[in-house]
Amino acid sequence: MKKMLLLAGTALAVALGASAASAQDKFKACWVYVGPIGDFGYSYQHDQGRLQVEKELGDKVETAYLENVAEGPDAERAIERFAREGCQLIFTTSFGFMDPTIKVAKKFPDVKFEHATGFKKADNVAIYNARFYEGRYILGQIAAKESKAGLAGYIVSFPIPEVVMGINAFMLGAQSVNPDFKVKIVWVNTWFDPGKEADAAKALFDQGADIIVQHTDSTAPLQIAEERGLKGFGQSSDMVKFAPKAQMTSIVDDWGPYYVKRVQAALDGTWTATDVWEGIKDGAVVMAEYANMADDTKKLAEETEAKIADGSFHPFTGPIVDQEGKERYPAGAVVPDGDLLGMNWYVKGVDDKLPQ
Amino acid sequence: MRLELVKRPEVSRVMMVVSPVLAVGLTVLFAAVVFALQGKDPAAGVYHFFVEPLLSPWSIEQLIVKATPLVIIALGLSVCYLSNNWNIGAEGQLTVGAITGSILPVLLPEFVSPATLPLMILLGALGGALYAAVPALLKTRFGTNEILTSLMLVYVSGLFLDWLVRGPWRDPQGYNFPITIDFNEAAVPATFPIGPLYLNLSAFLALILVVVLAVTLGRTLKGFEIRVLGQSPRAGAFAGFSAERMTLFAFMVSGALAGVAGILTVASEIGKLQPAISPGYGFTAIIVAFLGRLNPIGILIAGLVIALSYLGGEAIQTTLQMSSKVATVVQGMLLFFVLACDTLILYRVRLVGRAPKEPARA
Repeated sequence: MKKMLLLAGTALAVALGASAASAQDKFKACWVYVGPIGDFGYSYQHDQGRLQVEKELGDKVETAYLENVAEGPDAERAIERFAREGCQLIFTTSFGFMDPTIKVAKKFPDVKFEHATGFKKADNVAIYNARFYEGRYILGQIAAKESKAGLAGYIVSFPIPEVVMGINAFMLGAQSVNPDFKVKIVWVNTWFDPGKEADAAKALFDQGADIIVQHTDSTAPLQIAEERGLKGFGQSSDMVKFAPKAQMTSIVDDWGPYYVKRVQAALDGTWTATDVWEGIKDGAVVMAEYANMADDTKKLAEETEAKIADGSFHPFTGPIVDQEGKERYPAGAVVPDGDLLGMNWYVKGVDDKLPQ
Repeated sequence: MRLELVKRPEVSRVMMVVSPVLAVGLTVLFAAVVFALQGKDPAAGVYHFFVEPLLSPWSIEQLIVKATPLVIIALGLSVCYLSNNWNIGAEGQLTVGAITGSILPVLLPEFVSPATLPLMILLGALGGALYAAVPALLKTRFGTNEILTSLMLVYVSGLFLDWLVRGPWRDPQGYNFPITIDFNEAAVPATFPIGPLYLNLSAFLALILVVVLAVTLGRTLKGFEIRVLGQSPRAGAFAGFSAERMTLFAFMVSGALAGVAGILTVASEIGKLQPAISPGYGFTAIIVAFLGRLNPIGILIAGLVIALSYLGGEAIQTTLQMSSKVATVVQGMLLFFVLACDTLILYRVRLVGRAPKEPARA
C-alpha cells in the first residue's frame, strides 16, 4: 500500500511538474541549512560549497536548497520533501538534523544522504565534519600573544561536544603562550542571532576582555570589536569586510572541495557511506589572512598552522589537565577522535561550569 | 485632509462571511506581485505556494501534521481570549507538557503498554495546565499582568528543558549530545490509513476538540459564562460568575491543550526530547486563534491556512529558489488583509476635509 502510494505520488509529481521533466536527466544534489544563507557564517559557507558544485559540475548536476530549517519537527519534512522531489544526494548540514536524516534515509533507501557534525551512520547515510579545533588552537595562541588584559571573551552557542572541544582547544593554545591566560564565557543558546551576539560581546568587553572569540555565526561580535577598537576572530567565513581593523584571522569552513568530491563520487557510482573528519591538512579548515597583529604573533600562528598541516603536531596532546586538576591525558598522549567527539569536560583554567 | 474610520450602523452579514475569502484572495494577488518583484514567474509562484501542497497525499499529510498542534493550542487560547485573559505563554505550556508527558518514556522506558501513550497525554495536559495556573494565580492573587508573566515563563520552561536534556535526562549513549533516549514503541502514536492518507491520533484528537469546544462555547452555560465575563465582567458578576475562577479555568484549559500539543508533537514527530521541540507553535497559534476569529471552526480553517503557508514557503524555495523570507512576507500579508477586511466591514472610511480650527457649532 505504501509503495503504491509512493508510486502514485511520484506519478502525480511528474505529471504536474512539467518544468522538472527537462531536468530529469541531470543528477540532483540538495542541501538543508539551519540558518539563512545570508548569515555570512556557517550556512553561508555551506552554500558557497553548493555553488562550487554548480560551478564545477553544473553541466551534469542541478542543486536545490532549503534555508532556515529549524532543528525540530520541521526538519524531517524538509528532508523528506527533497527525497520526494527527486534529490539523489542530500546534505543535511546541522547536528540537529541527525535523527530526521536517519529516519528519512530508512524510507528512501535509494537516496544518498550526508549528515554534518553528527555520529549516526547508515548504509545510505555518510557523516562528515571538519576539525575546527585545529584552527581554534591557533586562535588561542594569537589571543594570548595579543591580549593586554590576559583575558578573552568567548561567545558560545550550545554546550555540545563540538563547542566544548573548541573552547578547550582555544585554552590549550592560549596556555601554551601564557599559562595564566583567562577566558570568560557567555552562552547565547543560538547559532545565529545578531542582537544577542552583539549584547554578549558588549558585556564581555565591559568585563575587561580585549579580544572576542565566537562560536556563533553572525558578524555582530566582530563589528562590536571594530566599533570599540578592540580585536577578535571571524567565524566560519572570512569576515574581514565587516571588521577590517578588528579581525585578526578567521576559521573558514571550506566545504566546496568535499562537496564536489562527494557529488562526483555519486555520479561515478563510487559513493559509499563514509565517515570523514578533515582538517587544515585537507583544506577543509582554512585560516583567513593573519592581520592586525604583531609580526612575531603572525609568525607563531603560521608555524603552528604548518605543523598541524604536516601532521607533526596535534592540538590535543598531553599533558592535559581538567578543571579539577585531574590529569586526563599524560604527557605525549594524543586524545583519540572518539573522546574528542564526546568531550564534555573543560581543561584547567576555563572559568565556567558545564551541566553534568 | 485626513481619513477617518466611522463605525457602520449595520454590518453586512454577507460581507462577514466573504471577508476571509476576500483576504485570502488579496493575499494571493499580492503574493504574485512579490514573486514578480523577485524576478520569478508569478503564476508558477502562486501555483507552488498555494496549490501544489494540496495535490499529493504526502503534502496533505504534512499539512495536517503541521496544522494539528496549531489548532489544538489555538482552541485553548480562544477560551482565554474570549474570557478576556491574555495568555501569551502557550509556547511555555507546550514545553512543560512535553516534559511531563515524557516522564514515562524517558524515566520508565520498560513501561511498554497500551496505556503508555494515553498516560503520557494526560501527564502532558496536567503539566501544561499547572504551568498555566502560575500566571493565572499571580493575576488573581497579586494583580500581576498575565501577558508579562505568561510570556516570561516561556523562557523559564525553555531553559528548564535545556537543562534536563543536557543533564539528568541525557542519553548516556548519546556522545554527550543534548538528547534523551529514544521513546519506546508504545510511546509513539501509530499512524493508520484514512483513504490515501496516513495519519495518527493527533489529527483526530484535534477534530474532536474542535467539536467539543464548539458545543461548549455555543450551547452550554460554561460557554455563556466565558463570553459574558469576557465582554462585561460587571454583567458577569451580576450573573454570579466569578472572574477570578474564570481566569484560572481559562488558563488551565489553554495550558492543558498546549501541553497536549507539546507531548503529541514530541512523541509523533521527534521521538525523544531535545532542546528544540517546537518551531514557535505556541506563538503562531495566537495568530491562528485570531485569524479564526476565536471560533472553533474558524480556528480549524485558519490552522490549515497557516500550515499551507509554511509548506508553500518551502515549495517556492526548492522549486523557484526564493528565499525563506518570502514565505514570512506572505504570512504577514495574510494577517494584514484579514484584519484590514474585518476593519472595513465594521467601519467605513470617511475623507474629512481640512477642518476649520473652530468648528461652527451653530
